[in-house]
Amino acid sequence: MTGRRTPGVVAAAWLIARKDLAIEFRTRTAFLSALVFAVLALCIFYFTWDQSVVPPADRAPGVLWVVLAFSGLLGLQRSFGVEEHDRGIDALLVSPIGREAIYVGKAIGNLVFLFAIQLVAIPALAIFYNLPFGRPLLAVGGIVLLATIGIVAVGTLFSAMAVNTRLAELLLPMLSLPFFVPILMTAAQATTLVFAGRPPAEAWPSLKILIAFDIVFLVACTLAFPYTLEE
Amino acid sequence: MTTIPVSNGTSNSGSSGRSNGTPAPAAPRAVFDWFSAVAALGVVGIYIRAIYFTPIERLQGAAQKIYYLHVPAALAAYIAISITALMSIVYLWLHDERADRLAEAGAEVGLVFLTVVLTSGPLWGHRIWGAWWAWWDMRLTLTLFLWFIVAAYLIVRGGVEEAAMRGRYSAVLAILAALLIPFIHLSVYLFQARLHPMPVVLKPGEPSLPPEMLTTFLLAFAAFALLCIAFIRARYRVGLLRDLAAELAA
Repeated sequence: MTGRRTPGVVAAAWLIARKDLAIEFRTRTAFLSALVFAVLALCIFYFTWDQSVVPPADRAPGVLWVVLAFSGLLGLQRSFGVEEHDRGIDALLVSPIGREAIYVGKAIGNLVFLFAIQLVAIPALAIFYNLPFGRPLLAVGGIVLLATIGIVAVGTLFSAMAVNTRLAELLLPMLSLPFFVPILMTAAQATTLVFAGRPPAEAWPSLKILIAFDIVFLVACTLAFPYTLEE
Repeated sequence: MTTIPVSNGTSNSGSSGRSNGTPAPAAPRAVFDWFSAVAALGVVGIYIRAIYFTPIERLQGAAQKIYYLHVPAALAAYIAISITALMSIVYLWLHDERADRLAEAGAEVGLVFLTVVLTSGPLWGHRIWGAWWAWWDMRLTLTLFLWFIVAAYLIVRGGVEEAAMRGRYSAVLAILAALLIPFIHLSVYLFQARLHPMPVVLKPGEPSLPPEMLTTFLLAFAAFALLCIAFIRARYRVGLLRDLAAELAA
């Protein structure tokens, strides 16, 4: 399959990511619904504990990670769902680009989508839960960055699988959440330490697991992705 | 357990579908499954031995008898799930549908044994630890998430119609799950090390068991391993018959 000028993996991935983001930017339906969901969930969770017993700042890490995981799933759902209309995926498959490039492109698109939600959700958390802005929030941003890479790595693959099954959107949370367990456990642990004002060295063991997860699953999912497409 | 029924999986008609001249693949005859019968008898024998002929543990009392169900079931679950992981790699490599069928059988049998582990465990824990559930116990948490993963694996299998795609999807999922388990293990370990002291020794190790108990345990393990293989064999045949029936219906 050598066309007249086939783009390399990086260029092809970038083209796909740009296409997805352009669709999202023009319609904004998925983004707005995921965003409203995230902020709404932050507010709802405020009332699920007795405020006089557990101070809001102690609950913030848990709430943050529940909200980021579920709003992330909303974003991931759309990733391959958007290709199902008019069988856009067939056009991608016949185009002269590697299948790995499709995965990387979709993952980049999802990463940008999730970051955009977090860019609003984290400051909203700081306001609603009266957390200090500044260095701790910046450190949390770093943890979120690492965790989101892992979430997107597995979520993108499972999104591709889920659309081809009879269960479609029901399947994605069932597949993804067990894989989010180590991410959420370590990220929530690190976030708790940061908000408690502990030295950063204490969060390092959690971050090491996060980084290892990101690397292992980015590689594994890139290799596995071609198997999830029709042959 | 004597004859194997054709599962109501993907096909809708089976035996009467032989129509247009093409020779039907030979279906395995339904025969008395001696292997399963021996395994089942073995398990019955083990419980007679465990209940009537093995001494009662001094501190835990009769509750300790759960040991002879709980631990062998866990080991059987590990055998079944290892078969699934191994056969998934073989399937992606060789595209042999026998490997896929074996992986399917391993997962289903593994889920059954994991369910036994997860129900007998809290019963024992409630009596001895004073709590149904202990999140900081690594083995408990890991087993629970393993259960969820195997359940998701079987749901994926049920959700894909086309055989080749089902094989690839489930193999990919099983291999990723095998990569996931060390990460869950690590993060639970971290969680536990931060918040809780290491739990007290939950059960005596093998060498500290009195010889009668050790013999019962080893026999129980052998019986469960046999039962596990018998189940996988039976489940494999169900898968085989289902595929044959689907082929005939097509």
